Amino acid sequence: MALLDVQNLEVSFVTRNGTNKAVDGISFSVDTGKITAIIGESGSGKSVACYSLLGLVPQPPGRIDGGRALFEGRDLLQMDEHQLREIRGRDIAMIFQDPMTCLNPYMTIGKQLMEPLLYHRKVAREAARERALELLEEVGIRDPAATIDNFPHQFSGGMRQRVMIAMALINEPKLLIADEPTTALDVTIQAQILKLIAELQHKRDIGVIFISHDLAVVADIADTIVVMKQGQIVETGDREGIFHNARDPYTKKLLAAIPTDSKAPLPGQPEPLIKVRKLCTWFAQGHGKEPVKAVNDVSFDIHRGEVLGLVGESGSGKSTIGRSILRLVPVTSGEVNFDGTELTRLEGRELKTMRRRMQMIFQDPFASLNPRMTVYDTLAEPLLLHGIETRKSVAQGVLKLMDDVGLARAFVRKYPHEFSGGQRQRIAIGRALATRPEFVVADEPVSALDVTIQAQILDLMQALGREYGLTMLFVSHDLAVVRHLADRILVLYHGKIVEQGSGDDLFERPQEAYTRQLLQSIPGRSLLA
Amino acid sequence: MWRFITMRLLQAIPVILVVITATFFLVRMAPGGPFDSEKPVTREVKAALEAQYKLDLPLYQQYFSYLGDLAHGDLGPSFKYSGRSVNELIAAGFPVTAELGLYALLVALGIGCLAGIFAALRPNTPQDYIPMSAAMIGICMPSFLLGPLLVLVFGIYLDWLPVSGWGDIPGDKILPSITLGAAYAAYIARLGRAGMLEVLNQDYIRTARAKGLPEWQVVLKHSLRGGMIPVVAFLGPAFAGLLAGSFVVETIFQIPGLGRFYVQAAFNRDYTMILGTTVFLSVLIVLFNLLSDILAAWMNPRLRAQYGK
Repeated sequence: MALLDVQNLEVSFVTRNGTNKAVDGISFSVDTGKITAIIGESGSGKSVACYSLLGLVPQPPGRIDGGRALFEGRDLLQMDEHQLREIRGRDIAMIFQDPMTCLNPYMTIGKQLMEPLLYHRKVAREAARERALELLEEVGIRDPAATIDNFPHQFSGGMRQRVMIAMALINEPKLLIADEPTTALDVTIQAQILKLIAELQHKRDIGVIFISHDLAVVADIADTIVVMKQGQIVETGDREGIFHNARDPYTKKLLAAIPTDSKAPLPGQPEPLIKVRKLCTWFAQGHGKEPVKAVNDVSFDIHRGEVLGLVGESGSGKSTIGRSILRLVPVTSGEVNFDGTELTRLEGRELKTMRRRMQMIFQDPFASLNPRMTVYDTLAEPLLLHGIETRKSVAQGVLKLMDDVGLARAFVRKYPHEFSGGQRQRIAIGRALATRPEFVVADEPVSALDVTIQAQILDLMQALGREYGLTMLFVSHDLAVVRHLADRILVLYHGKIVEQGSGDDLFERPQEAYTRQLLQSIPGRSLLA
Repeated sequence: MWRFITMRLLQAIPVILVVITATFFLVRMAPGGPFDSEKPVTREVKAALEAQYKLDLPLYQQYFSYLGDLAHGDLGPSFKYSGRSVNELIAAGFPVTAELGLYALLVALGIGCLAGIFAALRPNTPQDYIPMSAAMIGICMPSFLLGPLLVLVFGIYLDWLPVSGWGDIPGDKILPSITLGAAYAAYIARLGRAGMLEVLNQDYIRTARAKGLPEWQVVLKHSLRGGMIPVVAFLGPAFAGLLAGSFVVETIFQIPGLGRFYVQAAFNRDYTMILGTTVFLSVLIVLFNLLSDILAAWMNPRLRAQYGK
């Protein structure tokens, strides 16, 4: 018998605008000692389905309309709050997406770890602490005795996720629900956490539900894959079946959206558009302390029409390089030469003229768009500011931009919050292109987007790059995305370039240990190669 | 931490200096003087009085001489209560005001926190609307209206509590404390509700629920600390407001506190008394603001680590 057997689960949200069916009759099961992955884009109902099993969907507005969820033969959906509470944290434990916000910042991790033990098992405080130390050790926290009384902010994201995992496992649950546990983490940390989850699951022989938006992430660990779309299951199968013989068109689309190929190299170029020499950008850290050397002695060229990829983990300085070139952060030393002009010495009016030729696209389009401005205002502003269009012709210019980035003209009077993430990124791209720049810095432009949307935006950027003859610096922590788009790739580590080369060179013949480590961290390599 | 406190205390010096200077010259600009009364005194007597209190010197000299005395902690003699110094008068009146303020603060914190938490647990239901509407009324109702109303209901119609006095009849401290604390209870309720609501929507509260903790533990152990930080940060300004408000309440309930001296001093043009009370209160307010900031920072482990260095 399956450990958890969900049948025809239906969950809806009752809002002022009517009832919205989030989960529409899904059935799946989880066996002891197996990992069931639930894959779907945001809004597909995958998280809601799992939260509703444990009574963690607030009711109202949530409402469970029907179905059964048999956990060891007992129906979770029929239990009252008291019975559910007995199961939560003891028999079924959870790990959440963002370890930064999921741990209580006001309590030491030790206290938070011991809580489920103290509450469910009524063990003595000393014994609970002993057990917490053991588990911290097991999930790979260095020197648990010294860190158990620290607060969450004293740990890195990856370490916090380890603490979350320890907390979930402290009562030896039979089922673990992991909701996008690696989405907020860097690619190398992601690989470590995935490995850890798989190891612990194997060792304890427990069932796992692994929720993710990214098929590639679960490629190495899932036994069964359930693909969800708009509240329904479109396909269920084992790992091999899904990756090699997917039947449903949506699954195929998800698989196709995983970037795998390399771009063909550009023909030889004479004079580069941008020459960066010995660039250093340091941030002072209060007096008496060593400055943070975010970018430390970096030199490279970007040729006209080239897409240069910049990869590295958070803190490697990749975003800072882009911002330094655009002079959005003060440069400590070094030279940035743009088409024969030395940028680091420009001031005032000259800088403004230069800025028109260089634009930036940010990771979070929602944060970088003014919520009080319509699409029209957002796109018209740079056109007028830089004198590209006159008051009379500006409307035409805005519509042309909207066509270029694939936004329907009917949306012209809408505000940012009325758009989806992908559409907002289109607006942001449109705004960046409004000044007809020659050079664009794209800082993680797709990492906040769902996989299929990500693929659309990447295609758009590629097409626009050709149409506008753009030179691009493409910053990302995702190697696969960069490989797909970039002509050349620089690998950054601690503010320095450790390796550079074409996508194929780097992927097939990595020279440096760090590059190899990055490559090995890409999820699903074995199945996607 | 000590560095932070020292910095804040140093920053307070110019603030207090500005308060002293502004008060000093504003009071002098008001028409009339301490020795003008209905019964005219002879020119010689007035001149002698003014010489005794150094009022015959040029204004700037009076100002610097006042600052000099102040540096020694001497607030000068009272112009109205001859033979008594401002220091003595403050020492006599302040304990009463402080006691009233303390009780009012307890009333405000007790009622405010409970109402705020209670409302936040079930937002947008009657459990939220009723205490929050009451809080809105509490904020809008001035103490000079609430005080007499309470006296009327509990002192006269129901005859449960004494209508005035302080420490003479058992129970006479209840009505003034409630009158003074009510508006702050209302503010604290609203702040507490907002703080708790924000925390209760955090991801880590979901984590706590996923651990299977009962709801009371989720609220008390996981939410309260974060949710109450805005309330703690408000305590400093609230204290200032309580001191200012106590003057009205002391007048309504005939309480011999500092407030009544202060108000009378203004009518009497008792220059040193006005200045002395102002300086004394502004120092207290600065200190309490510092105290509530330290407390709020200490409650947040991240800030604690920052200032701890």
